[in-house]
Order: sequence, then structure tokens, then C-alpha cells
Amino acid sequence: MNRLLSVRGLKVGFGRGNAAKTVVHGVDFDLEPGETLAIVGESGSGKSVTALSINRLIDDGGGRILGGRMEFTTARGEVIDLACATDRRMETIRGSEIGMIFQEPMTSLNPVIPIGRQIEEAFRLQRGLGRAAARLETLNALERVRIPDAERRLGYYPHQLSGGMLQRVMIAMALAANPRLLIADEPTTALDVSVQAQIMALLAELRRETGTGMIFITHDMGLVAGIADRVLVMIAGRVVEQGRLDDIFDRPRHPYTQHLLQAVPHFSHGRKVRRHMSPAGREMARPALKVEGLTVRFPATAGLLRRPVGAIHAVEGIGFDVMPGETLAVVGESGSGKSTTARALLGLVKPSSGTFSVMSAEGLARRKPMQMVFQNPYASLNPRLDVEGLLAEPVLAGGVRPDASTRQRMVALLERVGLPADSLRRFPHEFSGGQRQRLCIARALMVDPSVLVLDEAVSALDVSVQARVLDLLIDLQNELKLAYLFVSHDMAVVERIAHRIAVLYAGRIVEIGRADAVLSNPRHDYTRRLIAAVPTTERRRDVFRLETAAVPSLLRPRGYEPPEAVWQVCGEDHQVLVERAAAAKEIR
Amino acid sequence: MTYLLRRLITFPLVMLGVSVLVFVAIRLVPGDSITAMLGTEAGLLTPEQKQALAAYFGLDHSWPVQYGRWLLGVLSADLGLSVTYGKPVLDVILERFPLTLQLACLSMLIAIGIGLPLGVFAATRKERGSDLAVRIFAMIGQSTPSFVIGLMIIYVLSAGFGVLPAMGQFIPFSEDPLGNLGQLILPSLTLGLSFTASVTRISRSAMLDVLSDDYVRTARSKGATRRRVIWRHALPNALIPVVTLSGVEFGYLLGGAVLVEQIFALPGLGRMVLDAILQRDYALVQGSVLFVALNFMIVNLLVDLAYVMLDPRIRLGGRS
Repeated sequence: MNRLLSVRGLKVGFGRGNAAKTVVHGVDFDLEPGETLAIVGESGSGKSVTALSINRLIDDGGGRILGGRMEFTTARGEVIDLACATDRRMETIRGSEIGMIFQEPMTSLNPVIPIGRQIEEAFRLQRGLGRAAARLETLNALERVRIPDAERRLGYYPHQLSGGMLQRVMIAMALAANPRLLIADEPTTALDVSVQAQIMALLAELRRETGTGMIFITHDMGLVAGIADRVLVMIAGRVVEQGRLDDIFDRPRHPYTQHLLQAVPHFSHGRKVRRHMSPAGREMARPALKVEGLTVRFPATAGLLRRPVGAIHAVEGIGFDVMPGETLAVVGESGSGKSTTARALLGLVKPSSGTFSVMSAEGLARRKPMQMVFQNPYASLNPRLDVEGLLAEPVLAGGVRPDASTRQRMVALLERVGLPADSLRRFPHEFSGGQRQRLCIARALMVDPSVLVLDEAVSALDVSVQARVLDLLIDLQNELKLAYLFVSHDMAVVERIAHRIAVLYAGRIVEIGRADAVLSNPRHDYTRRLIAAVPTTERRRDVFRLETAAVPSLLRPRGYEPPEAVWQVCGEDHQVLVERAAAAKEIR
Repeated sequence: MTYLLRRLITFPLVMLGVSVLVFVAIRLVPGDSITAMLGTEAGLLTPEQKQALAAYFGLDHSWPVQYGRWLLGVLSADLGLSVTYGKPVLDVILERFPLTLQLACLSMLIAIGIGLPLGVFAATRKERGSDLAVRIFAMIGQSTPSFVIGLMIIYVLSAGFGVLPAMGQFIPFSEDPLGNLGQLILPSLTLGLSFTASVTRISRSAMLDVLSDDYVRTARSKGATRRRVIWRHALPNALIPVVTLSGVEFGYLLGGAVLVEQIFALPGLGRMVLDAILQRDYALVQGSVLFVALNFMIVNLLVDLAYVMLDPRIRLGGRS
């Protein structure tokens, strides 16, 4: 009887007059108190717009509710239609009845106000508390979201905290007035896997403690499996399927839901890895890329005269081989040095020491044998160049004047990466995200490289597009015997494309080996934690454990040289770094 | 703190550079100060008399010696003797400076007092009629030269209301504060109005940027009213470009405003420097340029200080 929220025929549009465009076409759903509904969809599916419509923040973003009803039952038992409540009424509902957390904790907090005061504001606005009382409540709230050393953190500004901490602050703020409904709009998308696991654990625990109803918006079916009671799937502003979690996961009826559950990469502990070339074959072949003792350090300075006080050891003594036709995935969290490694190999940062050599398949070193594909296809294509200009760029950079054969190559590559033949005269903004990434791949292939460095190359893409781009990469690799260095934080994607995996932690490789061995039988403590944190569709409503292990600082004193790494071989092509305390014992 | 200290270190270096530049530049202009001082009567002097005058003002030595002597003097606050006024340069400058400082402060007050709220207002009414009106006002204000505005104000007052701006003898603030302000209000308005337009435009665009930031949405989601979000959350983030612009403008104004001083017959720094250049009054030009440069740097330091206060990311450096 006492539904928390009942949405019927919600229609939302942007713009007015002739430019008006409807983006949500009649969404229906119900939410019971304390229940969690996951709204799943890709960018442009209208899932965020739906969420922002519920607390009517969509009005500020230029949108308008065109029709439908959203009946919300307040704590006092009144039923309000949120679709036509006045602005003033909404201001009393936001925060006190409906809390919201957003995707980007880094930008969602005001950079010039201490976090303590930002949380206090929520208490003062919603509960009318005075300064001292609000401060006390804020302290409690920070402790409730498990922020250690809360008293001191009150005076911190957002830039002094990590993304995970900031998201906790956001949650503390959203829950300040004990709202009956919490809307979480992709709250972990911008975070590292292990931080994501912590935030999910926190949300699950707080939900149990407070009995808050939740609308959880995501594109990740693994997260849905972990937290949702019910699931709603959206495409292009319409609901295509909704139901209880088990029904949707075990008996998906709509083809799109089936696609999301099957075609999209999901992590499965190394059971879906690519067939690896035989170890014997590996030993025979010459590596396409051989890296030895690669080290990148950035000087750190302090004080008035910028005295050098030490160095940030971003990458420390990394070594590996990549064979032609093989993918080495470099996984790790932000700050682990994986992107720095990629950039050092391409000469975008200068290595402090170490060597690397690139061979073409025939064993001859060539001029431009390594190319890179970046994470964000929207930012890595010059918007003023047409496709022909973009593809000519690497050729020109190699000092070659493009001629008829270059053009032929362009046409052939465009066709190969699955872009229409008339693309040459078009500009980047005419392509979708997935198509742009295909363009980036074609551009990298223009100079016939033997090694491709893919830095989070599919991370910015929607999940189903991700799967298709991965398939393209695998086909190209088989065809052209390309060696891939695949940098990623996404274990599901890595499982799909990697032959071998190197796990980076605090600038060092802590474990390296065959993908199936590393994923199914992780030996290093960090690898285990990392893999345990990956959400999978198999673990339903699983309670994540809360952990607060901080990443060690990479700042080392002047002249510090790390002790030589000691490796333990734990299987055919599988090695793990012996940590220092343990290593000392072994030597003794 | 280290940030500000680092800025302070550059002070003497910049001053040294400015002193060399102005010393050489004024001497590269054809003509000499003795001739300029005496006008046609210069022809009546014997070469010996000229020589004696040059020696009196210290102009008979080679450039490096002159520069060295001047620099030593500057270090002990002696900027030399003005050829045209026959007084120490520092006295001449300090006589004129209070007026210029007052004019600068008043016009800044007007510009920020009107421009900032207007810009914020326009930003919150984006693409609506009132926004358009503000933008047109700002465009006109910015593209009309200040002397035109000044002349228009005088014309309207005298022809329309029969009131004449209080011109004539300048009244210092210390003698008659009200009379002084009455005298300065029109020039300040003239100077301030064109700058008001710039402040309006920059605060409008800064506010528009900030209003689309994520934390504004967060504040709304907490239940804050639009008004609260605009003034408490958005404005502090939008102030930095306004402070930058104001700092530059204030620095310029402290160097004097030649046109407005001319129109309203005010004895400010701007007219003094202009006369000094025309008269080849080397010591006065050098001294006043150095003085203006010092002012500019102090203003810049204050702007930096304001940044530091406005933005904790500058105050506290990167992530700790």
C-alpha cells in the first residue's frame, strides 16, 4: 500500500518549440520503501535523465517534464506528485526526502569550501540545525561513512582527498537528513575497482542500517548483480524490460538484455581467456617488444628554493617481452604507473633508466614500429582535420609525403576497421564514440606498426560498443601479427583480450604470467585483492567487505635505490614478486 | 606562503629592468631638457651657460655614470631633481598621487559595485530578454571611449540640468572631504563606466561557466535555493577572472588617466607624466615610471594574495 515512489508514463524533453526533443518516452516503475532498483542502459538511453527528473534537477539542466506522474510518499505519509510540485516544494524535498550522489566525486564537491562545511550545510538546510549542532552531526556522518580521522578531515578541501574519500563525503551529505530515497547516478564509474568495491559495500551497509530506498543507475551488470532487488533496462528513452533481479538475470526476454548479459565482457576468473600460443613457440620467436629495467622517476622539490627532496618512483625496474601476435595486458589502479609505462615506451616521458627494443616481425628494426591508441576518442582526434588529414598525420610525421598508395591504404584500413567508404571527407564530430575509436585504430595502423600500445582504449566506450571494438582488435591482431600492450583497469576487458597479464602495483610489476594462470590462481596479495574486488554477474547481492588499505606513497628520499626484485616462479610462465620482508627472510 | 615569497624575490629584478629601459628610452628621444625647459630663450644662452645648467641637473656625464648616480639616489629614496618644477621628483609625484589613487579606487568601486551584480544577474537569466539587455549595455559601454562618455556626462548635466561639474581649483580630501568627492564623482563615473562594462562581461561569462559545474548541481540536490547556490556556491568560484581583470585595470589607473584628467582639469599623475615627456624632464619621467611600475607590482602581489585567499588549491598546493 505505502509505495515509496510510483512513476507512470514519465516523459522528459529538452529545448522548446521546433528544437524540442523528447528523450524519455513514458517510463513506468514502482519502488517500495527500502528497495533497490537498478536502472541499466548505455549513454543516451535516458537513464540519468530519468533519475534527474525524479528530484527535478532536470529543470536546472534545461530539461522539462512533458507528461506523466511521479507519486512520492513522504516520511509524514503525504503523497506528492513530483512531476508538478512547485520549485519551492521541491527545495524542501531535495536533500530531506531524496538524496543524490553523482558520478564524478572529484567535480561534484565545491573546490573552495571545506568538506566539513559542505556537509554541515546539508544539516543546516534540512534540519535547521545551528552551527555547533551541525558540526557534531557532520562528524557523526563522516564516521558513518567510515572516514578515518574525521575530526581533522572536516577542514580539508576536496582537492586534498582521493576520489574514494570524496565519494564517501558525497554519500554522507546525501544521507544527512535520512532521506527515504537515495538516487545514485553511476556512483563508482570514475573510481578504481577496489575503491568501487568499498563504495558498493558502504552503500549496501548503509542501506541495511537506514532502510533507505535506492535507485542505482549503472551500465555495469556486475554491479547490478551485487546490489539490486529489481532491474529496469532502458534503450533510447524506453523501458524494454523490468523485473526481479533473478528473473532478469536468469531469464532475460528482451534481446538487448540478453546481449548485455552475454556479449558484453563480464569477469569470470580466467575461464574466458584467449587461447595462448604454446610456450615453446614463445621461446622460439623473437619478441616484438622487449623491455628491461624500465624506470621513470620524477624529481620532487620542496620549499622556497625548490630544493630536490627526492623522487617520485612512478615506474620502477619494469621488464617484460611481448611476442608478435600476443597481447600483454598491464593492469593496476590509478597511480600504479601503468600509463606512465606506456608513455615511456612511446617517448612521451623520458625514462630515467632501462632499455627497450622494438623488432618488426622480420627482425629488422624499423622507423616507426610502435603506435598508440588513447583512452578518450573524443579528445584524441583533432576536430579541425577531416579523416583523410587525420590518417595522413602519422605518415607525415614519419617524413613521407602521402601519395596515391597512401590513399589506397587509407581506404583499405577504413574498410578493415568497419567504417563507411565515404568517411575520408568527413570530420570527427560526425562519428559516434565507437566509430571514433575505430578511426584512432586505423590511424595507428597507417604506418604498419608491429607494436600497438592501447592505453585504456575501450574504457570510454559503452559496454556493447566495447565488445565490438575488442573483437575488431582481436581480428586485426590475428591477421597482422600485431603485438599489443593493453593498459587497462577493467579486468573483464583484460580477460577478453589478454594472453598474458602483468599486474602493476606502486610502480612495480608484482605478478606476471599467462592470463588464465594469473586470473584463476593469483599469487600476490595485491592481485588477489584486485580480483576479489571485480564485480561479476555470478555474485548476486553479495556483501563486499570493507577495506581501507591505503596505496603506499611513491615518494622516495634522494639517492634511494630499491633492492633488487626477487621473483618466485609459481607455474609455467607465471611469476610473482617476493615482497621485501619475505625476500629478506629467504636470503637469510 | 612560499608562493608569495617567490613572487617577492622577483621585485628588485623587475625594478632594475624597468629602470634601465626607461633610462635609455627617454634619452633616445631627440631633443634635450635644457632646450625644452627654456624654449626659444635657449638660443640666447652661451654654450658655457648651457654647460653650467646641465652640470647643475647632473646631465653632463656619460650615460652609465648618470645611470649609476641615479640608481644610487633611488636606493636612498632620492629620485633626483625635476627640471621643469625645480623640485625633488619624489615631492612632485607625491603631490599628484593622492588624486590618482582616489580616482582609481572610486572608479574601481563603481565598476565592481555595478558590474559584478549585473554580470551575475545576466548569467542567471541566460538567453532571456534581461540578459540580452545587459549584454547590449556592456557592449556599448566597452566600445565607447571614456572621453566620449565624459563629455556626454558633462553635456547632459550642463544642458539638461544646468549643473556644471565642480571644476577649477582641486580640493584635497584632507581639506574638504565632501567638496573633494563632489569634484571626483564625475571623473570616477567616466572612468568607471567603461570598466563596468568589462567587469559585467567577464563576471557573466565566469558565472556561466561555473553554473554548469557539477558542484552547483550537488548543492541543488541538497535542497539549497537557487539564490543560495548562486551567491554561496557559484560566485566564490567565479571571482578569479574578475580579480585578475580588476588588478590589471587598477594597475593602469594608478599610472594616471590622461584623457579624463584633461577633460575635468584634474592634476593627476597622467598629465604630469605627459608633460614631463614633452619637456624632456628626464628625472621626472624616470622617477614616475619607476613609481608606476612599483605600484603595478604591488597591485599584482595583492591580486596573487586574493587568488590565494579565494582558491584553496593555490593556497595548499596539490593533493597532500
